This record gives sequence, structure tokens and C-alpha cells, in this order.
Amino acid sequence: MNMISFPSRRPRGKVHAPTVTLAHGGGGKAMKDLIDDVFVEAFDNPLLALLDDSAQIDLLGLAQYGDRLAFTTDSFVIDPLVFPGGDIGRLAVCGTVNDLAVGGALPLYLSCAVIVEEGVSIDLLRQIAKSMATTAQEAGVKIVTGDTKVVNKGACDRIFITTTGIGVVAAGVELGAHRARLGDAVLVNGLLGDHGAAILGARGDMALQSPIESDCAPLQDLVASLLDAAPNTRFIRDPTRGGIATVLNEIAEAAQVAIEIDETATPLRDEVRGFCEILGLDPLYLANEGKIVAVTPPDEAEQAVDAMRAHPLGRQAAIIGNVVAGEPAGRVTMRTIFGGRRIVDMLVGEQLPRIC
Amino acid sequence: MKFVDEFRDRAKAEILVKEIERLLARMKRDETRPLQIMEVCGGHTHSIFRYGVEGMLPKSIELVHGPGCPVCVLPMGRVDDCVAIAERPEVIFTTFGDAMRVPGSRKSLLQAKADGCDVRMVYSPMDALALARQNPTREVVFFGIGFETTMPSTALTVLQAERERVENFSIFCNHITIVPTIKAILDSPDLRLDGFLGPGHVSMVIGDAPYEFIARYYKRPMVIAGFEPLDILQSIWMLLRQIDEGRCEIENQYVRVAPRAGNAVALKAVAQVYELREFFEWRGLGSIDHSGVKVREAYAHFDAERKFAVPNARIADPKSCQCGEVLKGVIKPWECKVFGRACTPETPLGALMVSSEGACAAYYQYGGVKRGRGEEEASAA
Repeated sequence: MNMISFPSRRPRGKVHAPTVTLAHGGGGKAMKDLIDDVFVEAFDNPLLALLDDSAQIDLLGLAQYGDRLAFTTDSFVIDPLVFPGGDIGRLAVCGTVNDLAVGGALPLYLSCAVIVEEGVSIDLLRQIAKSMATTAQEAGVKIVTGDTKVVNKGACDRIFITTTGIGVVAAGVELGAHRARLGDAVLVNGLLGDHGAAILGARGDMALQSPIESDCAPLQDLVASLLDAAPNTRFIRDPTRGGIATVLNEIAEAAQVAIEIDETATPLRDEVRGFCEILGLDPLYLANEGKIVAVTPPDEAEQAVDAMRAHPLGRQAAIIGNVVAGEPAGRVTMRTIFGGRRIVDMLVGEQLPRIC
Repeated sequence: MKFVDEFRDRAKAEILVKEIERLLARMKRDETRPLQIMEVCGGHTHSIFRYGVEGMLPKSIELVHGPGCPVCVLPMGRVDDCVAIAERPEVIFTTFGDAMRVPGSRKSLLQAKADGCDVRMVYSPMDALALARQNPTREVVFFGIGFETTMPSTALTVLQAERERVENFSIFCNHITIVPTIKAILDSPDLRLDGFLGPGHVSMVIGDAPYEFIARYYKRPMVIAGFEPLDILQSIWMLLRQIDEGRCEIENQYVRVAPRAGNAVALKAVAQVYELREFFEWRGLGSIDHSGVKVREAYAHFDAERKFAVPNARIADPKSCQCGEVLKGVIKPWECKVFGRACTPETPLGALMVSSEGACAAYYQYGGVKRGRGEEEASAA
């Protein structure tokens, strides 16, 4: 069932029930009302109003931005649905927007497919749709097509969202992990691990109250400023699940280089450090949702940092390490705060709090 | 971060390393082999790798990573018992996070959870007791694991449950004691250790005295050590000074946390709730006399072992494992036949690959030995 098949001029349906029931997924009036009242209402935009069963996008309009289409998809499942600093809706928009942005693309259009478990409150669904709309606006993208399914209690965990996005890559922009070279600088745009710590804290399992908020944010502007300032940037990646340790290992592996980072240069919030100390977690493996790792040639590193620091989402940007010689290719090491060195490997399984 | 950063000070570390080098240079010792120092506790092993301490030390000091990781030394049979309890439909099985990954002969608790068991991660046994209060129709079982460090907190939780008359709460007691285990290592005929870093958080509870026999009968020095990297360096320096001066004493570097007499309140709660088992099975080390505790008869109604019939089967360690030799410092982790091949953190065969505090897992994770077994220096020196 495609939401954009309902022109916006048609009188919109209204949901009167307090919670989603299987009737809202039955294809009848209840379903049309839900889509109208919750999603079309929130996402309203001219493309959505004009189009029929699929969103149709003018190719010439796209071509003005570049010479390649970027196309990506991501599914979002998170507990809790609403957390300090965001919610699943904001996450679903940022995640896909950032996947496009770090590839050097200008994000333009998103789809939104939602799977809802019966019994979810309409108000919550409305709150999440509004959050998606606000974040889409922030990211400069339009949500132009979508789908809604309702499933039996227990068949999913309240709300799952899949967003697919398209963007356009400007001519000449070439990014790839394999392009990293000896001497290159490794940069981040700010404090690491906020999202992972915020979610763990918000789950409440650990009976820890923490003031940490998720860093969840759309990064297309920041990436554009970075690429303006450092046009020969080799590679950008958003260190989501698995944290920066995982991304650095991927870069080292793909480019067959060794990377060394400096613990003292790695920006961490004191609250996140404390949180990790208490639970025995390593912040290098905590997820981020508003961060990038960038590799730039050494002579463009300073201007890249300056450009990021001039942006609200890059105030704490820093050079955290370099591509180095003298270690086996594919290896990531860290000069520790204590003066020692250790290997930063890929995470095995998930991080579990330690006993003592 | 106050009270943390001070103990990770790079400049002070450099001074200590120089002092250690100076001591080593003037010390009379057998130059054909390195000095072997065992850090008993897994918390030390973790810090040593996390901060790259091993790579800062002279090559003539070899750190042997001891048996003090309670998650690692848990035998498969006990994990099977956990799973059997967790599989009961009325049970909410609660556990510390890193115990969830320990493999049993059938499955780990993580797998049991995936298969539908109600297994929940908690940070304290008190959280498990709270769950019992919130779920009066369910049986909440806490997986009691750890040395003397965690023993008082489960004992106090049992006493609290008794006071509140919470009937749907019990603990599956797998607590172990460190002293008989150190003794077992010292009795081993292939022993080569020159000294010990003592587990600071165990001493926070039991004090210094229980270790006296190590100095008196086995003529080995020990320094009870804290867990920050400077604590560890200073303790190594103190140990070298003892060796240099020909002393064998139990010294305490961790006086800011571990009082010499231990913690009387904690010891009282432990004595009230637990009694020694005749023997307890250790992964990698086999059965060790009086090395575990069980819940006393008076608190039988809080004892999951009595409340639920558990299989209590003894499952032998895989034959290919050389955990025992690694634990005693006879071989280094990467010298084990299965290290990094059949035995990895994803599919651990032996105890020491199970938790990030286990010596083999620490080498694998932070040492990068998997990238070439012949590659000598695991610690990226």
C-alpha cells in the first residue's frame, strides 16, 4: 500500500482509535485513515502530492547535481524507541542520509517503510512520523514514497522502519577506503560513543542514570564543508555499530595499510568515559549516529579540521591518527594514554559488561 | 576524570619503567630466562593489555596471566546447569554480562536466550532481587559467580531476601576462592614463577593475611596490586625490589582500597551464608579441594541448586586445550596447539579464550597474534 497514491487535495482520513490494530493493516478505510492522518500529514510535500503508485523523479533535475546516482537502504530496530537525543524516526532518516553523505552524495529523496506491531499507540506513531519529517527537513531530503504493514502482537518489536535513499554524487568526487596512503591523516568530527552509551543507559538494564544524549544528526552539510576544504579526501565513513575501531579496521584492510591512533587525541565526553569505566566497555566500539571518520592527505588535514570545527556538528573535530609504516598491513594500533601501545582489533560478538 | 587520570599518568609511568630497568640491571639473577611474574587477577590482565603495559616493560620480565578470571574458569558442566535452570518456563535467569558468552557442552546462556529462555543481564544481584519483587509469579535466579570480590554482594542479597521474605528468589552459587587455587599452582611440579601480583579487589574483602603462606612456605614474594596501569607498574617495581633484596613478603600496593585486615562486614556476611565445598571443578585446572563455596543449609530456600534439580554433570575440557599450562606460565598463549585455529573468541575451546580477561582472548584481541603465530611480540611493543 503506497501512501503517495492519495493526492493531498483529497479530504484526508482521520484515525480515531487510540492504538494500532490489525484493521489498520487490512487495506480498507482504517488503513487509508492511518496513512493519511499519520504519515501523509507529517511528510506532506509537492512530489508526494503529485505522484501516484511510485514517486517519479525528473532525471534532468537530478543531473544538475552530478553524474552518478547513489542508492542505499537501511533498516532500523531500536530499544527504546524514544531515547535521549532522538527516536527511531530521527535515526531512520539520519542513518540513510549519512550513508549517502559519506559516499560524497547529496541526499535527495527517501522512502519510508514501516512495520507496526498491533497495540502501538497512534500518538507514538504520530510522534515518530513527525520526528522523521523534521529530520528530513534538516537533512534537505523529501520522503516521497512509503509503505505500512501491521503485524500480530509479538511478530515485531513495536515499530521497525526501513528507509531507502537516493542522492547524487558530484562529478569528480571519488571516495574509497582503498585510496588511503602512507602518511594520510585520520580525522573525526567530534566526541565518540555518545549514541551507544545513550542507548545502553536509556535501556535501564544497568540501573545507571546518565545524562548522555545520542549524537544522532544528519551530516550532509558537514561532509560538504569537509569536501570543500579538503577536495582530495580519500575516504569517509560513519562509524555506527562497531564504533570507530571497526571502521578503522575496515580502512586498514581495504587499503592494505596500518593505522595508528593516539588515545589522548581521541575526543571522548567525560560522561562516556565514566560510563565505560563503570561497565567495563571500550568506547572505541560504541556506536555513533552523528559522526564521521575521514582520511585525508596530510597537507589537507588541518584545513579539513578547521572546516569541520566551523560547523555546528564538528566543533570537537580532531586528527586522531595516521596511516603509518612499520606495522603489518591491515593492522590498527593505538598509542595509549599511558604511553603503551596496543592493537585495536575488530569486535568479536557484542560488548558485554564485565563482572568486576 | 578525577581519581582515574592520575593513575594513568604517562610521565610517572616513564619514571617507573626507568626504575624497573635500573633494578633489573643491578639484580643478581639467572640471565638465561626471564623473570616470570604472575598477575593472578583477570582485571590486571585486562588493564595490562588495555594500556599496553607489557610492551613498556623490559624483555627480561615476562608476565604470566593467571587464573583469576571467574568467567574463564567456569567449567562446562556448570554452564549446562545454568542453561537447564534457565530453560524452566517459570524462571527468569539473571547474570552478569560477560558470563553469557561462556560455552557449555550444549549452548551458552546467550544461545539459550536466543532459543527463548528468559535470560537477563544485570549489574548487581540486588537488581535480580528487585526483579523477583516485581515478578512474584516467576522464579528469579541469580547466577552467583566470582571470587571473594563478588561473594559479599550475593551473600548480602540473600540476607536481604531473607529479611524481606522474598520466596521467588534464589542464587545459583558458583563462587570460588582464590587461595587454594594459588596453592594448587604453587604445588605444580613445572612451576617457574618468581612472584605474584595479588588480586587487589579480593584483598579489599579478605585482606593480606590469607596470602602469608605464599611467602612463608613457598618462598615467593607477592604484591597486592591495584588495577590502574600505574598501580601495576608500581607493584612490579615493588616485587623486583623484594627479589633484589632477597625478601619474600606479602606487600600491599593497593592500600587506598584494600585494608590489611579486609572488610569485616563483608567477611561476616560471607561466613553467614556460605560454607566451603569439598572441591570445585575449574576449567583448565581440574578439581581443586576447598576452592568453591556453597549456600549453607540455613539458607537452602535461596539455593537454586537445591530448589531445582540440576544435571550436575562433569564435562571434561577438550583434550587439545593447554589452558592449564598457559595458566601456570609453562607456555605462552600462542604456543598452544589450538590458539587462533580451533580456539578463537568466537568459538572458544578453552577457558582462557572465553572472556576479555582471559589471557588467550586478551592476546588474540589486543595482541594480534592471529595474524601470524610465529610473530613473537604479541604486545605490539
